[in-house]
Amino acid sequence: MKSLKKVLYSQKAAPYVFVLPFLLSFMFFWIYPLFSTVKMSFQSILPGQVEWIGLENYQKLLKDRVFHLAIKNSFTYMFWTLVLLIPFPMIYACIMDGKLVKAKGLFKALLYLPALTSVVVAGTMFRLMFAEMETSQMNQIVQWLGFGPIKWLKGKYTGMFALLLVACWRWTGVNMLYYLSGLKNIDNSLYESAEIDGASGFKKFLYIQLPLLKPTTIYVLTISIYAGLAMFLESFMLWNGNASPNNIGLTIVGYLYRRGIEKNQLGYASAVGLVLLAIALFINIIQLIWNGTFKKEER
Amino acid sequence: MGKQENSFEIEKKVGMALKTRILSVIATSFFAALGIIVVFPFFVMVIASFRPGKDIIRYGLALQIDFDVMSFKNYKYLFTGNHAYFTWFKNSLVLTLLSVVLTLIVCYFVAYGLSMYKFKLRNFLFFLVIATMMVPFEILMLPLFQEMIDLKLIDTTAGVILPGLVSASTVFFFRQYMMGLPHELLDAGRIDGSTEYGICIKIMLPITKPAFAAMAILSSMGAWNSMLWPLLVYRSASKFTLPIGLNTLLTPYGNNYDLLIAGSCFAVLPIFAIFLAFQSYFIDGMTAGAVKG
Repeated sequence: MKSLKKVLYSQKAAPYVFVLPFLLSFMFFWIYPLFSTVKMSFQSILPGQVEWIGLENYQKLLKDRVFHLAIKNSFTYMFWTLVLLIPFPMIYACIMDGKLVKAKGLFKALLYLPALTSVVVAGTMFRLMFAEMETSQMNQIVQWLGFGPIKWLKGKYTGMFALLLVACWRWTGVNMLYYLSGLKNIDNSLYESAEIDGASGFKKFLYIQLPLLKPTTIYVLTISIYAGLAMFLESFMLWNGNASPNNIGLTIVGYLYRRGIEKNQLGYASAVGLVLLAIALFINIIQLIWNGTFKKEER
Repeated sequence: MGKQENSFEIEKKVGMALKTRILSVIATSFFAALGIIVVFPFFVMVIASFRPGKDIIRYGLALQIDFDVMSFKNYKYLFTGNHAYFTWFKNSLVLTLLSVVLTLIVCYFVAYGLSMYKFKLRNFLFFLVIATMMVPFEILMLPLFQEMIDLKLIDTTAGVILPGLVSASTVFFFRQYMMGLPHELLDAGRIDGSTEYGICIKIMLPITKPAFAAMAILSSMGAWNSMLWPLLVYRSASKFTLPIGLNTLLTPYGNNYDLLIAGSCFAVLPIFAIFLAFQSYFIDGMTAGAVKG
């Protein structure tokens, strides 16, 4: 016993004792479920009856129209979140970083507030504001602009618009803060020498801030691709459940939830999840190679 | 001649200052407008929480200040009515406290091992930490759910907390922070006769406080708002947390909207209060990952 204690207290064993919780969690809550979902994706699972069916689940997915729609919806959503939630927050951060804006702390806090609300509260709020009655907030706004009331959450495009508006509302402030912290790392002397050369604000943005913010952009891009493709709860709350008219709000994870939790088809749902993982990893790896992230590490 | 030049220069300077001032007004009002747009939905919701829930289901949510129909009835019902709201509130509070305290302690130890020692598997283990971040939780949700059934952890708080206990991003943040701390303190502690664990707790933990503060706030925000996993694990209504409970109020009949809107407003309050009080920690915590890229 004494020698065991001695070993545990030695400088060599200590780091392993410290990382032990990670190893346990890694094995039980990462490797094991990952392997079991891969295994299940080759199975047909009914209560008390598990059958190996090879690639059948994947073959079915190839022909599953609803799944294709879910992929399309997730992709559209991800694409537009990248378009809306990277350039604009970056520009906002660059404006805010200069000396022009007063009361910065207040604006930073205000823009961050939406990120603090749970999806339940945010989703409910927007669902009711996008209600189809002409008295709802969004319809009042479009009527004021001279258009008729819209059945927002029943149309394909207007439904996507609602999802994207919620996304922009919640994440613009967060991404802006990422960019602000990236801007903090830029050496002031660069701005000074640019000023001596008589560079305009726009040129400073183009030649100093934009290139030096690249690491931040890669980070935001990577997490946005994941978050966009794996979006589910926003749609779940906006349509008050996983069923939207003609599946206009159905995402890949929504489909996984429908098959796995609602219909209890664990094998088929696992295949859905793994296709999502493959897509997300593929896009991100291409993006990271494109941006030269791996090269930098080799050096 | 000299005098003329001077006045010209002054004019130019005045012109520049004026230009800067105009630009400053434009930039500030731009952010003011953005701020108003962002806060507007909250404002609409708070105003609506004073109106009868029936109105909201009938007319949708919109900014409407009408003192004839506005009253404190919803809030009176929230605080004195016969409903489960404060059970959910208490459950959320307990779950948040428990999971944040446990996660922080465990992640601190893991990050300490990964940053303070040079050992064989260090880089490999850190790579594994990063790898776990590369798989979205939603993909592991189903097999984890099955695992919880097998382990008989369904409908227990342990089942909710355990899978997320060692959070990769928290470990990552702690490690980044501790890499910057002076490693000489370890040797100093050893010379003083402290054990490895004594050094970790008595010497290093106190100087890691700022990292703890940042992570405490960030993870409590996540725990307070978390919905998907608790929704799967908790079965009995008496264990529901606030997000799940509020979600159950969303019936097509709209008979619970009195409670829903007032309750939603009240649910955001604690996290807003914490945010405003500790704003700077919040921002440090959430931007930690972006700096290194």
